Formats: sequence, C-alpha cells, structure tokens
Amino acid sequence: MGLLDGKVALITGAARGQGRSHAVTCAREGAEVIVTDIARQLPTVPYQMATSGDLAETVDQVKAHGKVALALETDVRDQSDLDETVQRGIAEFGKIDILIANAGIWTQAPFWELTDQQWEEMIGVNLTGVWKSAKAVAPHMIERQTGSIVITSSTNGLEPGLNYAHYVSAKHGVIGLMKNIALELAPHGVRCNAISPGAIKTPMTDHQAAWDMFAGHEGGTEADMIEGGYHFHALKGATFLDPQVIADTALYLNSDLAATVTGVTIPVDAGHLLLTGVNAEPVK
Amino acid sequence: MGRVEGKVAFVTGAARGQGRSHALRLAHEGADIIAVDTTAKVDSVPYPLATAEDLAETVRQVEATGRRIIAVDADVRDVAALTKAVDHGVAEFGRLDIVLANAGISSPAPTLEMSEQTWQDMIDINLTGVWKTLKVSVPHIISGGRGGAVVITSSLAAIYANENTAHYSAAKAGLVMLMKIMAKELAPHRIRVNTVHPTTVATEMILNDATYRLFRPDLDSPTRADFEEAARTLNRLPVAALEPSDISNAVLYLVSDEGCYVTGATHVIDAGGAL
Repeated sequence: MGLLDGKVALITGAARGQGRSHAVTCAREGAEVIVTDIARQLPTVPYQMATSGDLAETVDQVKAHGKVALALETDVRDQSDLDETVQRGIAEFGKIDILIANAGIWTQAPFWELTDQQWEEMIGVNLTGVWKSAKAVAPHMIERQTGSIVITSSTNGLEPGLNYAHYVSAKHGVIGLMKNIALELAPHGVRCNAISPGAIKTPMTDHQAAWDMFAGHEGGTEADMIEGGYHFHALKGATFLDPQVIADTALYLNSDLAATVTGVTIPVDAGHLLLTGVNAEPVK
Repeated sequence: MGRVEGKVAFVTGAARGQGRSHALRLAHEGADIIAVDTTAKVDSVPYPLATAEDLAETVRQVEATGRRIIAVDADVRDVAALTKAVDHGVAEFGRLDIVLANAGISSPAPTLEMSEQTWQDMIDINLTGVWKTLKVSVPHIISGGRGGAVVITSSLAAIYANENTAHYSAAKAGLVMLMKIMAKELAPHRIRVNTVHPTTVATEMILNDATYRLFRPDLDSPTRADFEEAARTLNRLPVAALEPSDISNAVLYLVSDEGCYVTGATHVIDAGGAL
C-alpha cells in the first residue's frame, strides 16, 4: 500500500532532475501523474535544458511502476498552457489531488549586470510560473475541498547568494506566495507547503558555470563542485544530494502523514542553514 | 518492512498522550522502544500527571505490535535515573538510533504572579529535562557509528506570544537554540536534530480545567466545548485540536530515511495557525 494510493499528481519541470524524482516517487507510492516540462531552451539559460526525450524517459520510468503518465510540453509562464494541462489531466484521470510546482531555472550575474531578459525569464519561470501553476489547479481543488500543493523554494528562499539576485528574489517570493496560498485555501481543506533544498545534483546545478562558481575561477571541474558541496553542508558525508531526498519530503507533505501541516517551509539541506558564515575574501 | 525497522528509540513522557502515540507509531514501523515517564509529583501542575498504570498500558500496546519495550519510572530531572534507564535499554536491545525528548508539563499562570516553584518546575522539566535526556542518550547513538535522529518537542508557544505562558514559552523557545546547536555539534556524526512545534493537541495536558480557563478567561467554568470554540480560532484548517497521531506522523517523517537530510529544522504542525 502506497502513501499516495488513488491520488493524481501534477508535476511541473518533470522531464529530469528533481521533477523526475517527484514523478517517479508519486508513481511508486500509487499516484497517477501528469508531467509537464517546457522541453526547450530558454535564451538566458547557459546549460542544456530538458528535451522531449527527457520527458519521455520520465514517462517510461513512471510506467515501470505500473502507473500512467500524461506528459505535456507546457511553459509555466503561459496561463492558457497550464489551464489546458489541468483540463486534460482532469479529463484523463478525473481529478487532480496534488501539485508539485517544481519547474525552475538558475542563471548567474551580479545584480547590476543582470539583463532585463535574465530578470524577466527568472521571475517569469521561478516566481510567476508558480503562481500561475497554483492558479490553474486552485478552482478544482476548492471545488473538491481537498488538495495539497508543494512549492520548490531553496535555501536561497531564506538567505542571499552571490550573483543570482533574481533567483534569490524569486525563491524568497515563493515562500510568501506559499503562505498566502496556504492561508487562502485553508478554509477549503487544501494545504500548501514549501521545501528549501540545499545543494542538489541535477542538470540545473551540474554544469560548467556552476563548476566555475565553486572553483572560484574559470575552468572549474565537477570535482570542484563536489568538494564545494561538502563545504556547503554540515552533515557528515553530505556533498551534492540526490534529487530523491527532495522527493521524499514532498511525499511526506503530500501524504496523509502531513494532514495538519500547512504553511510551513522544510529545509532539506543537510544542516546548511546551521552554518554560520565567514568572509572568505575580505576586502581590507 | 517498517520505516524504522530494526531501530531502537528512546521516548520520554511515554506513559500517555503524544509520548505513547510516538512509541506506538515507531513500534508499528519496526522499532524497539525504551520508554520513561515519572510518577513523581509536581505540585505546580494543575492536572493529574501520568500514573504507573498509564505506563503499563503503553507497554501493553507496544508489545501488541510485536516489538519489544523496556519501560522505566524515571524523571527527566534525574540524570542518574535517566542514565540507568537508557543504559539498561541499550544493553538489552544492543543499540540506540532515535531519541524523542517529549516529556513536558503545562501550568499556566500570569508572569508576575506565578510562584518561584511554578517557574522552576517548568524550566527543570521542559528545558533542562530535555538537555538531560539528550546528555544521557545521544552518546549511545554516537558510539553506534550509524548516525541517528533526535526530535525535541517544542511548541507553537515558542514562536507566538500568549498571556500566562511565559515560563512555558521561555522553555519551549530555549529548546529551539538547544536543538540548533546540537544539530551543528552532531552533524559530523550524521545525527540529525530537529524540533516539532505542535498547536493544541488533545491530550491530558490540554484537556483540563486550567487549560480551558487559559483559553476562555471570559467564562467562570468553561467546558471542553467552550475551549474548542476558542482553540478552533487558532487554526486555519477546520480543526479544534490535533490528535497525538498527527504529531507522531511528523516525528516519523523526521526520524525515517525520508527525512535523512533534514536537520536543524523547526517543523510547525499547526493546521495553518502560524499563517
């Protein structure tokens, strides 16, 4: 018996990374899934974004658990795309119990050098995209007087990070959004919570620009990033974490185990937030 | 296969209420239990404390799950008694993986009017008692070398201010920093430490006249229904008081592999009350 038997989950950004882990974990625990991804490149993103082939691989992994996946190429910046996704999901499975608003991008630049396009794409996907995703499912959840929404924030939803002010702004923003969704949907028996992942190894974080950031210079390697991961976390043996650890916490939040939990943010960060900072490069 | 199969958990305040519920939930998920509660009197507490019969009932219910339990009458204020209980349990079961520092009291009173004894009993049990609980038990987790998990029961009262709970809130807020510092100190051993912050839970600590009056100062002799009317306004989800099992579910998540990278976190279980 699974923790999500008979449920239907909608997961955005599900072609790979954390989104794929969410989809496969939901299926393993008994849910049917609707998986969406933009499955194309955005102009400001320096790493290879997911493809249609990636989304198909998620569908195959869901099928391996004996569950059906409805896969749709959906841009979370496009409300009509999302509304259609929800309508098709309900037509296919009869209902939607769970939304995991996971789709996100990560780009870097000092805030004064961010281009308008970098800012707009980041806020459009990582903040406004979450609002639009929740907006698309809310009337249905209100009508059924049940539902659970999990929003992917970040430790950068709670603290700043050098050279990605737009990401930090969006991730802080979704925590406020989460609390308001939780507040406004509580009278309808619908819950909403956030997860703040630490350093998770996915295609969004494992690429040359990230390696360089952890190395502190150009020409960084994946080994530099893995070494940086140990410094980022407090728990013994914890470098960049598997996406499964985020899916495990979403599973808890979406299951009946968390039936009275709403409006909370759970850091899944191997103790990162416990670490007090030092100035690694002081200007004297 | 349970979610804490083969593990051993030490639970304080296990005779009834949330403590019994935690012990049972973990036993159902495959853990053996070392349980303590006390029959010592605490004069400043305005409701009946747990009895030896209550602890015996926890033993009966845990054994009915097929798991083992060692239950000892030990007060969290008494390091010698706690040490003896934990050492005995670990000798018997061979390991320790999980500690649930749950024992606590409630004794509402106006801050400037409460007696020194009322203040001191509260700090001794709800704050220092947790430190003593961890001091005698966590070294067993460390020496096992397998990592582990500690959950400390704090409260929504650590985050939100209410009249007549200064000593309780001070103790519960103190637990948050105790938790964070222990989480940091124990991270190198792969031992995770978190707090849970329940809203009102329907246990004997809450379902009594003193608490009813705390919630309904407007009435001379408030009933449970009067209390529930006020308690319901604290929560956003439509519920007056949570059940102990609601908190046990969160504890289970935090101590199981699903929570294996969650440490230093304050987990609110409050039906949206904090919103």
